[in-house]
Amino acid sequence: MNSPATYLHWGFILISIPNLLVIGGMVVLFGIALVAPFPHGDKDDDGHN
Amino acid sequence: MKTMQTQEEYYSGVRMLRYDLLKELVLAVAGVGIVVLGLSAFLSSPDVAPVTIATWAQNDPVDFETTATNELAGSTTSAAYGNPYNTNGPGQSWGPLAPQKWFGTRIPIDSANEFVIQPLQRAASSNTALSAQLDVWQKASSDQQGKWTAAYSAALATATVKDGQVTVADGDYGPLPVMMSNLLGLAQAGGLDGLLQVNGRFYQTDYTPSLVFMGDGGYLPGLAHQANLTGSQWGMMNETGSYPGQTWLWLYTMWYQVPPFNSSTGFLGINSGNADLGIIILMTLLTAALALVPFIPILRDIPRWIPIHRLIWRAYYSPKVRP
Amino acid sequence: MDTTKPGPSSWTLRVRQLLERRLPMDHLLPDRQPYYVGSWVYVFGVITIAAVGWVVLSGVVLAFMGPQWWHDSRLGRFFNSMHFWSVQLFFIFMVLHLWGQYFMAGWRHGRASTWLIGVVIFGISILTAFTGYLSQQNFDAQYIAINAKDAMNAAGAGAFFNVLNFGQMYGLHVMLLPIGVILLVALHIVMVRMRGVVKPIDAEGAARS
Repeated sequence: MNSPATYLHWGFILISIPNLLVIGGMVVLFGIALVAPFPHGDKDDDGHN
Repeated sequence: MKTMQTQEEYYSGVRMLRYDLLKELVLAVAGVGIVVLGLSAFLSSPDVAPVTIATWAQNDPVDFETTATNELAGSTTSAAYGNPYNTNGPGQSWGPLAPQKWFGTRIPIDSANEFVIQPLQRAASSNTALSAQLDVWQKASSDQQGKWTAAYSAALATATVKDGQVTVADGDYGPLPVMMSNLLGLAQAGGLDGLLQVNGRFYQTDYTPSLVFMGDGGYLPGLAHQANLTGSQWGMMNETGSYPGQTWLWLYTMWYQVPPFNSSTGFLGINSGNADLGIIILMTLLTAALALVPFIPILRDIPRWIPIHRLIWRAYYSPKVRP
Repeated sequence: MDTTKPGPSSWTLRVRQLLERRLPMDHLLPDRQPYYVGSWVYVFGVITIAAVGWVVLSGVVLAFMGPQWWHDSRLGRFFNSMHFWSVQLFFIFMVLHLWGQYFMAGWRHGRASTWLIGVVIFGISILTAFTGYLSQQNFDAQYIAINAKDAMNAAGAGAFFNVLNFGQMYGLHVMLLPIGVILLVALHIVMVRMRGVVKPIDAEGAARS
């Protein structure tokens, strides 16, 4: 991990691969959170749905 | 201001389901903890050793002497900085706005004296040859001093290094060769680190003189450039090694890469010369806008136009028919 | 409650009654949520809090052992790693929480101050992280200090906030700023609990705030 990171150069953008992975990972995580089914207790105290 | 609706009123008619917030919190702490411990165990964290004035003087003695000469000439960044270090420069301003000047010289730095003359005076207490040359320097006119520093820094451009010592072509440099070789020796032995950090005291926690001096040179900034840490390389976002950096600073550092902030001609009085000030003003405004989103038309309406909320609240928008 | 009589003269009683009205226990610690709280996006807030917990825990150990420890000891380095990665996760989850709240327009129905406090927390967190990076006492800290001083000085802040002054940055980082973050996060949570989670943007998408 101590060797220098690889950098992506695209126009005026210069970003390290680790940083790109973090940001890309965040977008993916947000997308998953949007669509993944959420486990839900669907009974309230009275046993109604 | 209207009375706040109670939750009972707000949720009237809304079906409430069991939801264990504390269990969720405990699971969150455990889950995040596992990820933190795992990342720490497998990837560790970055820790590149700091540069010292000694390593600078040992690894790049020509750059060291060039910087020291420029300190005497008053041409380094710190020598001509302006407030809060001195009044030798105007600092950054945008039209009438010049906050750099507002609070005066609160962290006084006299570069030539602090980084070169005073350390040499201490070293000269047991060195009569150096003492004599320092005397020559102090007694010379500033005109003469300027001629010597100009000649010596020009000569340093083609200097050779052997066994850590710097040799330049013959020329009229006055006392500078003796002064500089003594300062170099002092630095290489670690004495300058000690003198600049301790500064006559015993306890101290302020590294301003050493860091300003090293920042004036090319060695430490050169290492930073290799590690993509400088301002024009999106450096604010980056970390040493292959570790993620401060990705949350992407917008702050982005402005340094685009006009007018990276251009010398600039726009509306903002250019690379006062980019720091311009960007701080811009980011303050953008942060205020983020805080005030609930009150800003269009910004506060975008969520209604983009149907992400329809995914989040799909139970509300297209509820399954219950048997 | 009879609202025609003048209020009690006891400040203590008045404050207690205000709290009982504004934040009764079953609002602070509800065991139920509206049925539409059924998305993983809702979880980003609590995992941000969880990350803060790990930042503070690892930070307390680092502070107890002093700023040199993690350079010289393998265990120290491990705790520094915990601090480093929990900070990374903290910012990741906080921004995801921000995205979620933005697209849910979570400021509606009187919740603008909750949003505002959230942005302030974001800003103070960035400042806390900044002072932390400056407190590392390694090469990264050196260059960040040398580079950042120009922005601070240009804004006038450099006269009082000297990024080259380790003592000042460390003191801000281990005490003053964490106190600020923790107080603001507590306030943010209380504000969410006082009003409850916001309702969905109504089905027609009408502009009603």
